[in-house]
Amino acid sequence: MARALSCRPYLAAFAARFRVMLQYRAAAWAGFTTQCWWGGLKVMVYAAFYHHTTQVGGPMTLAQTITYTWLAQALFTLQPWSGDPDVAAGVRTGAIGYDRLRPIDTYHWWFVRAAAWMTARALPRAALMALAAAVVLPLLHLDAWAWRMPADAAHAALFLLSLVWMIVLSVAFTMLLNLCIVATLTDRGINTLAPALVILFTGNLLPLGLLPDWLQPAMLAQPFAGMLDIPMRIYIGTLDLTGAWIGIGLQVFWSLVLIALGRAGLRRVMARLEMQGG
Amino acid sequence: MPQIVVEGLHKTYRIAERQPGLRNLLRRRWREVRALQDVNFQLEAGELLGFIGPNGAGKSTTIKILSGILRPSGGRVEIEGRVPFDNRIAHVARIGAVFGQRSQLWWDLSVGDGFDLLRDIYRVEPQAYRRARDELVAMLRLERVLAQPVRQLSLGQRMRAEIAAALLHAPPILFLDEPTIGLDAPSKLAVREFVQKLNRERGVTVLLTTHDMHDIEALAQRVIVIGHGRVLADQPFDALRANVLAERRLRVQFAGAAPVIAIAGAQLRSREGNAVELAFDPREINTPTLIARIAADYEVDDIHVTQPAIEEVIARFYDLHGAAEA
Repeated sequence: MARALSCRPYLAAFAARFRVMLQYRAAAWAGFTTQCWWGGLKVMVYAAFYHHTTQVGGPMTLAQTITYTWLAQALFTLQPWSGDPDVAAGVRTGAIGYDRLRPIDTYHWWFVRAAAWMTARALPRAALMALAAAVVLPLLHLDAWAWRMPADAAHAALFLLSLVWMIVLSVAFTMLLNLCIVATLTDRGINTLAPALVILFTGNLLPLGLLPDWLQPAMLAQPFAGMLDIPMRIYIGTLDLTGAWIGIGLQVFWSLVLIALGRAGLRRVMARLEMQGG
Repeated sequence: MPQIVVEGLHKTYRIAERQPGLRNLLRRRWREVRALQDVNFQLEAGELLGFIGPNGAGKSTTIKILSGILRPSGGRVEIEGRVPFDNRIAHVARIGAVFGQRSQLWWDLSVGDGFDLLRDIYRVEPQAYRRARDELVAMLRLERVLAQPVRQLSLGQRMRAEIAAALLHAPPILFLDEPTIGLDAPSKLAVREFVQKLNRERGVTVLLTTHDMHDIEALAQRVIVIGHGRVLADQPFDALRANVLAERRLRVQFAGAAPVIAIAGAQLRSREGNAVELAFDPREINTPTLIARIAADYEVDDIHVTQPAIEEVIARFYDLHGAAEA
């Protein structure tokens, strides 16, 4: 009972933000359209590469790469591209003061709000993308370009687990971006820097599996892999079940590290918080 | 044991100074701003304290420290035996606060949904919540705006909603930082009336900052004047009024051209055509005596006595103590 009670503020905040974000239908359609164009473009580039390669037996088949691409587009907003705009606005308007006025843990509070912000935007985009790439494309007899089913049931189940940890890890990284915003009082700097890291090291630009073999261990071990590449590899089946568990373990490990960093950082930032002007 | 104890409170900010040209790139220069220097006061439960002072005097900083948002650079603050910044979560559950220039309700939610969210944040029991909400909605006349998104409210409606939002968890202590800023006359009256009722009937301790001296006049029994981060005066409002607001003005309309008047204790402020305005201190020469002496010597058409506007007096008080904003 006491525990359920203590979760109440965070569940309420998650639900409220989730509902508000779902209202932005035009943004969802716009995002979906952009991601369709990007996905289509990338799929065609990959197809051209694969059809003209002389190398046999690469790390990923064309079908796997295409599925990876569509899925990555569908989950675009689950990646930490920027700090939470609410936190940036709070820094400008001073609403952060009100966040500190609540009898709740500020880290948890921002964490659930960022989680709601990211998942609520992902939901319509992922549904539309699945409809377009996994249903409409095959109906148009474009099976070769379509988003395929997961490798098998075991991989599908592990993918879902890994997806949950991808969200946790992405939000934990978003929290570090939020801290930078509060510490530097602007979201410009960090929101310019973060996408460069995310696009390269999560596999968003190029699946990490397509990078040279000697880079693979380092690529999988770094924290960003868990923010896209690990669940993607599990879905398409390029990680065997043991590999999948190791990948999820890495996601859990990095989540805990980033959360610990975020909590320590938040304590420091709040201790020297200053609010000027009225 | 007082409910709020503030002893030797200090707060120092560091502000980056911009230098012309490119020198900033190499080395940034910092300037220390002493927002509060040795602030002391105590507040008993159920008191209503007004905090006044020019812009930048340290009023808001004090409230933010008392709220547990900012950590003081030095000194001791204890509220109900707790140190606000160190016991933040336990402390903020017992206070309500409104910062007039910022909004605590979510922009995108309706007022009612915003209240519900606060119910969950403060973990208020459903029945207690419904009672508190219905009462606040009725007292602050919010029935018609409950379903409206916060971004569509007028300033007066928003401020009333903000005050209700700060009280849903029935805190025994309320901090109001410029709650009437920008409001029209009826809204100001509504807010004042409500705060007074809350303090008198429920015994809620209220600490209020404002630039509107009518707020202070209507509400505060006790006033702290703060300037340059120091307490300049801490006294009952009536005492402050007696000391600082003692001056009276006498405006006399003569039948003919205004004469030159020399009466001890009365200073000439202006003489135009048939009218003269004198300033006097009733402790030196009382009003009937002054009027009688003028009426005895000259033919008078009309006389009226006024008090200088309270704003004017406070401005003079700030000047006197060198507290006016730099």
